[in-house]
Amino acid sequence: MKNALVVNNLSLSVPSAKGRVTVVDDVSFDIPAGKKIGLVGESGSGKSLTAYSLMRLIKDPVQIDKGEIFLGEKEILGMSMKDFRHMRGNDISMIYQDPMSALNPIMRIGAQIIESIRLHSDLDHGQARRLAIEHLASVGIPEPDRRIDSYPFEMSGGMLQRVVIAIALSGEPKVLIADEATTALDVTTQDRVLTLIDKLAAERGLSVLLITHDLGVAAQFSDDIMVMYAGKLVEKGSVNQIFSHPVHPYTKALLDSRCDYTIDVTKPINSIAGQPPRLDNRPDGCVFSPRCEHVQPRCREGVPPLISVQDRLAACFRAEELFHVEMVK
Amino acid sequence: MRTQVTSVATVMGVSRIFKGKTGVVHALDNVSFDLKPGRTLALVGESGSGKTTAARVLLGLDTPNSGSIEILGRTLGLLKHEELRLLRREIQVVQQDPFSQLNRRHSVERIISGPLLAFNIGDKESRRDQVVELLKSVGLEKEHLRRRPHELSGGQCQRVAIARALALDPKIVVLDEAVSALDVSVRAQVLNLLRRIQEERGLTYLFITHDLGVAHYMADEIAVMFRGRIVERGNRDDVFNNSRHHYTVGLLSSVPLATPSATKRSREQVQALPSPGVDDACLYRSRCALGLGREDCKSTPLKITQGSETHSWLCHSPVEHG
Repeated sequence: MKNALVVNNLSLSVPSAKGRVTVVDDVSFDIPAGKKIGLVGESGSGKSLTAYSLMRLIKDPVQIDKGEIFLGEKEILGMSMKDFRHMRGNDISMIYQDPMSALNPIMRIGAQIIESIRLHSDLDHGQARRLAIEHLASVGIPEPDRRIDSYPFEMSGGMLQRVVIAIALSGEPKVLIADEATTALDVTTQDRVLTLIDKLAAERGLSVLLITHDLGVAAQFSDDIMVMYAGKLVEKGSVNQIFSHPVHPYTKALLDSRCDYTIDVTKPINSIAGQPPRLDNRPDGCVFSPRCEHVQPRCREGVPPLISVQDRLAACFRAEELFHVEMVK
Repeated sequence: MRTQVTSVATVMGVSRIFKGKTGVVHALDNVSFDLKPGRTLALVGESGSGKTTAARVLLGLDTPNSGSIEILGRTLGLLKHEELRLLRREIQVVQQDPFSQLNRRHSVERIISGPLLAFNIGDKESRRDQVVELLKSVGLEKEHLRRRPHELSGGQCQRVAIARALALDPKIVVLDEAVSALDVSVRAQVLNLLRRIQEERGLTYLFITHDLGVAHYMADEIAVMFRGRIVERGNRDDVFNNSRHHYTVGLLSSVPLATPSATKRSREQVQALPSPGVDDACLYRSRCALGLGREDCKSTPLKITQGSETHSWLCHSPVEHG
């Protein structure tokens, strides 16, 4: 299958009192055309910085130390910003967590969509306005010809996020990044917005990178899942592989520590002891080793590579072994 | 009345109306609930449903327009300033944001000993011993005494806030979205901690959350709020396995589950309408698949249906099971 996006060995760092510290560490993945990939991890795992790199939004003091990102055929990190600007919005687009701060509060939403449409085409104002109304209708905004003249404060969070989606898709990109795009929304609204993204992705053959800390959202709205911990990609596989038979101890511990209404309330939740490492204090060897219940001396010495285990990728020396132990259970 | 004997707090027919430029908002509309000793009641609902207003009213931070609130047999509105102050020893709160609820210029020791100082309890030395005890009970160490909030993680700050809430040995703790800002793995630790502390101290919790999973895990009893009203109330099994209100059913099916087998379940989506029917008897009518076509949902005032001793709902035509 053709890949819409390929990321090779991406590493990012930030300055600290102890010198530059790595926050995204040698991350590689690809998104096949038309697939939806869920990227899950806790705060500080590097998932948002990975996304920002894809949009070339990394600014000082964060730095890209190495890596390549191919969007279609083109490598974008080595490209001039002027050239990349033509791709941003046309080839790749992003929606953010807070729709209120993604939009200009004192501009009517119509003007903001029209601005984006005209930036990516040579339509005149009238044509762009008609197209904007079509876009608003396609993201399920009722009475789009009236709502186009609304200000952001006149709309609810769910409706605003639809406006942001309409703007993101106005350049007809091939890749859409949704960075915690429904985290600020109520659960019923979240459900509608995610269903909308699902539908639009299917209609347009979009490739989606869905970044979320919510395992449920990732499980319900992705084809494949990538799990990040402390800047490392630790496991990648299909939804079923990851959620039914996780092999990386972090993935498994993360799933066990969830608290949804299907868990057994008579027992304490299996929480992960300790907390994620501080950025300036990442452990040697496997980043998860200080919290891992399966840790061995070799885990503290060498960094486990992301290798193929049971039809998925996992970065754990004991993955194969733990998979079989789990299967026997 | 029987309920008063078995409750540590009773909220009876409370309404709170906010007047704004665009009209009045019924943040609480004839809300009643009670807290039973050693048990947890969860108020669940989406933003704007009134759950935080309910907590504020119970804490005496806001005054209702009508209705009455009784805490440990005392009626809130009738208390003199000093009596109210003393009553506050018995009801404490933990809020959502781990950082902003702590004074960032104070050390952990000063934060946790704050309530003790306010009530002139003990001397400097005994207070320190007490703070160390409290720190241990929430899973922190003596070494954290001198730290300031910015030196702690979100989960640790939330533990400090819990320790502070426990300092006066209260009967009731209000937890207002107390784990919502925490990551999955840390949230599980704090939830387990809260359950352990409740058991050890026989605490009563009012747990306010938008997260149904958290409510399910923590609460003996759950009240579902929608636009200032409690639309369904019951014990865990009533609300989760035998939901009668259409909103509860819609809410539950909107929660994405991290279980692959649930991937293909049919989901009932809660509809959004641009202009909710504010004059409808049932405020959920405009979003309800059933109510939209029914006249009584529009014009006949709703009455609470008591389906069983534990389970009640506010709906003319509740969901039938089986």
